[in-house]
Order: sequence, then structure tokens, then C-alpha cells
Amino acid sequence: MLFKPQVSLVFDEVTLNNGIFASNYYFKLKAFPVTKKPSSTKKPEVTNLGYDARQAPINIKLGQDEKIALYRDMVRIRRFEERCLRSYQQGKIGGFLHLYIGQESIAVGCASVMGKDDHIITAYRDHGHALAVGMGMNEMMAENYGKITGCSKGKGGSMHYFDPSRNFWGGHGIVGGQIPLGTGLAYALKYKGLKGACMAFMGDGSVNQGAVHESYNLAALWSLPVVFIIENNGYSMGTSQERSSAGPSLAQRAEGYGMNWAIIEDGHDVLAVRDKVGQALKLAHDKSLPSVLEIRTYRYRGHSVADPDTTYRDKAEIEAYKSTKDPLSVFQLSLLAEQTLTDELIQKIDESARAEAETSAQFADASPYPSIEDIKKDVYWEIDNPADRKSVGALFFD
Amino acid sequence: MPVITYREALRAAMSEEIERDPNVVLMGEEVAQFNGAYKISEGMLAKYGPKRIVDTPISEAGFIGMGVGAAMLGLRPVMELMFFSFYSVAFDQIFNNAANIRYMSGGLINCPIVIRGPANGGTNVGATHSHTPESIAAYHPGIKVVVPSNAYDAKGLMKSAIRDNDPVMFLENTILYGEACEVPDGEYLVPLGKASVMREGTDISIIGHGRSIQLALKAADLLKQKHNINAEVVDLRSIRPLDVETILNSVKKTSRCLYVEESKPFCSVGAMVACLISDQAFDYLDAPVKRLTSIDAPAIYSPPLEKLQLPSVERIYQAALDTLK
Repeated sequence: MLFKPQVSLVFDEVTLNNGIFASNYYFKLKAFPVTKKPSSTKKPEVTNLGYDARQAPINIKLGQDEKIALYRDMVRIRRFEERCLRSYQQGKIGGFLHLYIGQESIAVGCASVMGKDDHIITAYRDHGHALAVGMGMNEMMAENYGKITGCSKGKGGSMHYFDPSRNFWGGHGIVGGQIPLGTGLAYALKYKGLKGACMAFMGDGSVNQGAVHESYNLAALWSLPVVFIIENNGYSMGTSQERSSAGPSLAQRAEGYGMNWAIIEDGHDVLAVRDKVGQALKLAHDKSLPSVLEIRTYRYRGHSVADPDTTYRDKAEIEAYKSTKDPLSVFQLSLLAEQTLTDELIQKIDESARAEAETSAQFADASPYPSIEDIKKDVYWEIDNPADRKSVGALFFD
Repeated sequence: MPVITYREALRAAMSEEIERDPNVVLMGEEVAQFNGAYKISEGMLAKYGPKRIVDTPISEAGFIGMGVGAAMLGLRPVMELMFFSFYSVAFDQIFNNAANIRYMSGGLINCPIVIRGPANGGTNVGATHSHTPESIAAYHPGIKVVVPSNAYDAKGLMKSAIRDNDPVMFLENTILYGEACEVPDGEYLVPLGKASVMREGTDISIIGHGRSIQLALKAADLLKQKHNINAEVVDLRSIRPLDVETILNSVKKTSRCLYVEESKPFCSVGAMVACLISDQAFDYLDAPVKRLTSIDAPAIYSPPLEKLQLPSVERIYQAALDTLK
């Protein structure tokens, strides 16, 4: 079911149909410039009535502990990021801080279906993915603080976390620039005959970058085991989807490349994410086929913390989402109802996550900065491995 | 010793490395079925098959970026740009991703990729296809840059570049592809960062890289014949790493330096070398370091004019005489 289009392709009335087009899509082009706020009436209809993610095979077998772990991971991401925000406001974190708050169900859901042979790469809103794959808060917070104990020794910052030991390949700063890399990871897996696939994450702003389309083409052309995951939070920075992306949906662009695609409308539901991403991953594993998933979600904070977040959306919009679709609350209520969680356990998980985040801030605070000598380390493999250096001559200049 | 062309030398290097290491793969536009736009990879598809020799779509940002990702996971991709000029289409992938990935991951991730192709003018293909971006590439810490001027170096440097654990930009030259010299059969390596004194001399150091070296050698002959001037010709071979020691030793010996290159003058490799000489051998100089580059404009199409825009034996000869005044 998943890879049959889940949207019914009904658009504006057909205004141009003289029979010359092979496609079935006719659009009334929008007047330019588009200044209106996005209207919800034009969204494709979702035909998933009666779908219950809890009953999906991948979820029905989940034990209580596993469900609690999913919930705990989401809480840990949120508490970590709230602590990051405080540190940023205290001036301890420089540059940008792109918070994932509101989108936790995606990173946690996706990481929970990853096997040990699967790989993951994402953009700069990377805290959630990093925690979900098992990176520690200490090394992450220290990285934000620019400390030598950070996961990238303070050289990457919040946007550039890496942990290849957990198959986590970053953490990339340029919108869409990581998608060719993710495609390359999948290529290498296939080339080497290894099991596993790559989940390549991007935001809705990425889909208009050329490198993303080139990657789609390569992945489809060579049937690479990659799942392209668009976390569509509705805004590429401050520009709404309606004002930035043509076409009926972002995922549907995959059709042009003959790739499978689907929209996960209930991206706030960690179990729905698991189910549908799990199926796409299985397709990559079993048949080495790529796919594009668009997961609808929402971010509560600005594009980055420095973003005033008042020019392009109303507070009411944020509050409306929070009150009905908060990934943590929705899953919490569901687990309470089935008595997997208790109020006591909820409180315990929350306190523990807060304490863990607090400890990470203390760890980061207490850690030293890199030294001036560290600036030139990790530039060239050969400089860092002088015993094995084969080249001669100067690699650095004054 | 066999005499083979620059083209055959590159093919031999890539073939030997493909046979030596299962992680080496050659990718690019028209490299496989078409046998290479410039026939560098001729016969390689037939010999090594489509897994090792891969035709890509015209999609530089996509396939170069894909190569970077594959290198992160341990492949050693050799990516052919049909013209090196097309690097600009993949600029973000090369200079944000390949150059920075090791640094930004705190040394956890390597990127052993080679990006190669011809970077030269002189073939009347206009400004879009005639870029010589060695100084732009070398500007970026994390990247290595080599520019072989002859078949022997092309083979030895290519083998070293493929085995290198850092990203290497390998700039070739279509005019040199058919030039031949003695090249040993089988295994030898030319290390990156080792300049080659192509001709010893005492009166002036003509230093440079790429095809300009071939022109400089002819200019040196003229200087000897007409004025009994003994020019030393130094081929850097590698821009980054750079053999500063050989540059300084030569200049200290001759006290005069002319830097010759096909690039444009602003922020060129010659500008950097002139700066290094001024910093570290100023007291040895009898004249300012002079540079000879292409005339500072986009590459002109008009065939007779393009000849004038580029370094030539005559221009090098004149510039050397000026430096010796």
C-alpha cells in the first residue's frame, strides 16, 4: 500500500487541456508574487482513514520497554535542546543553533528501525538524529560550546556532528549538500556488497536544490539502497512551502525519476514514522531500491534561535500544532492509555533527561577549549599521521 | 625504456591501481562505453568491467558529491571531469564537503578521492572550458593539488594521488595528452610535494607548473643559444603540498626568478611563490620576482588571439630577458 500514491491527485480545475500533455496534471499557475500565507485547503487529501500505526507489524511486536525507550529518546532530545537554548541565551554557544523541537518523532522513529548495517546522514538540524543513534549529550553539548571534548573536537559546532562508529555521517551545513554524500554512502554499500541502506535526511527547503535532484537521478538510475527523507516542517527558514516549492507535493517529484514515494502525514506519530520508514528501508534492503518519503512535521522554534520567528507565521499556528500534534504528548497519552507509562514513570523519565542535559552543560562548561595548535590538526590525514606520510613539502602556509 | 604518451601514462596508472586495490573505481562522463572523451580510459571498460569503470550522467554536483560520500565509506573513487572547468558545477561538493569533512568531524572521517581532468586553454574552446583553477583549489586547506607536466610524472603522481588518504585535485592538460616521454613499465611512485629540477642553471630560475614547463624548457634553450644564459627550470609538479625548499634553493643559487603558469595573474600560484621567495630569500634576490601568466581576461576563443593570451616560448623568453636586465 505504502508506495501507491497516498494522495488523491485532485488539483485546481483544469484550465488548460488541449490534449498535448502526456501527464495527467494540470495546474492553474499561481499569481506571482505569492504573498498569502499558505492555505490548508489546497493540501492533497490524505486517504489513510482507518490506519492505525499501532497495529502495523513493525509496531505490534514492540515490547513495553521498547515503547518506553522511544518515548524516553524523544524526551531526551527535547530536554537536551531546551538546555542548549538556555546555554545559547547565556552566550555559551556561538553561531547558529537550529532546534529540532517538535520534530522528535522523526529522528527517533527512523533511528529505531535502523539496523546495525544502516547509515544515516542529515543536515544542520542534527541534534535529534545524533541522540537517536546513540551519541552522548556530553560530547554534543561540548561540541556546541566549542570544546575539545566535543564530538568534532569543537571544530564543527552544532551543525556538524559526526559519529561514524554509529554510522552517523553528519551534520551538514549547506542546504541539500549532504544528499549527494548520502547517495554516495549507499553507492559504497552496494559496491562493496554490504548489507544495509542509507537514510538521507533533508528539510523541505532542500528539495529545490539541484544537487538533490541530481542525487535522485543517480539513486534511481543505479537502484541504490537509499531512503531520501524530507522532514517537511512547512517552512524553509521563513519561506513557506507554498511560497518556495512548485507542484502538488515535495515527495511526488520522485515520480519524475521513477522512484517510489510516499507522504507520511502524521509525522508527529513515532509509530507511523517507524511503520512507513521501516517499509521503505526494507525495500532498500531487499531490492536495493531508493524511495522518497515526505514526513509532515512542525518546528516550534525559529529556523535558528536567532530567527525572530514572527514575520512568517502566527503564534496561534504554533500553539494549534502543539496542542493537538505534539509528538511527545501524543505518544505519552497513547502509552498512558495502554498503561505502558504511568505518571510516576513519566516524571522519572523527564527528571532523568533534565539531569542528563544539565550534566552535559556542566561537562561542556568544565571542558577546555582546543589549543591554537589544534587549529591545524585534522586538516590532512597525512599531517596527523606523520609516520605514514608519503608526500613531502609544505601543506600549510603562514 | 618504453616511450609512452601522457594519456597512456594516466591509463597505466589508473589500471595498475584498479588491479591493486578493489576499492578503486573510475567514474565520469563518457569514461566507459565511449572510452573517454579524451580516450584516457580507452579499453578500460572492456578490461575491468562496468563495476570499476562507470559512466555517469552529466551531473557533476551529483556524481562528484556521490564520490565524496563513497570515499567517506572507504572507496577510492577517481572522478573524471571531462573538462576540469566543470569543477565549478560541483564546487560545493568539493570545497565544502571533500575539503572540510575531515576537519569538521574532528579527524573521524577521511575522503580519499581523486578528482581529475584537463585544466587548460589553447584549444579554442572558449572561456567556459579553459579554466585553470589550481590556485583556487590550493587555496582550500584539506585539498591537495597536483599538475603534472609530462608522462613520467603523470603516472607516478596519479598512483600516489589514488593511494593518498586526502582529497587530491589532479589537473591534466589536453595538449599534453599526446606528448610522450620515457616511462618505466610497472610500479613507481612520484611523491606529492616534490619539485623536479628539469634543467640546471645558474643565471635565472624559471619556476612553474603544468604545460608551461614544456614551454619554459624551450625558452631556456633559446636563452642559451642566443645569449649564453643558463636558466634553471623547476617544475613544481605539486602545488599543495609545495616543495618550498627546492624553490628557495634554486633562487638562492640564481638570484633571479621568473614564475610561469597558464593561470590568470590575480592570486595565482606564482603570486604565492613570489610571496614565499620575498619572505624567505629576499636577500638573495638581484631583481624582483617576475611572473608570466595568461593575459588577464577570460579565455578568448579566437584561435590566433588565444595563442597570444597564453604563455608561449617567445613570451617566456622575453620575460626572462626582462628579469635579467
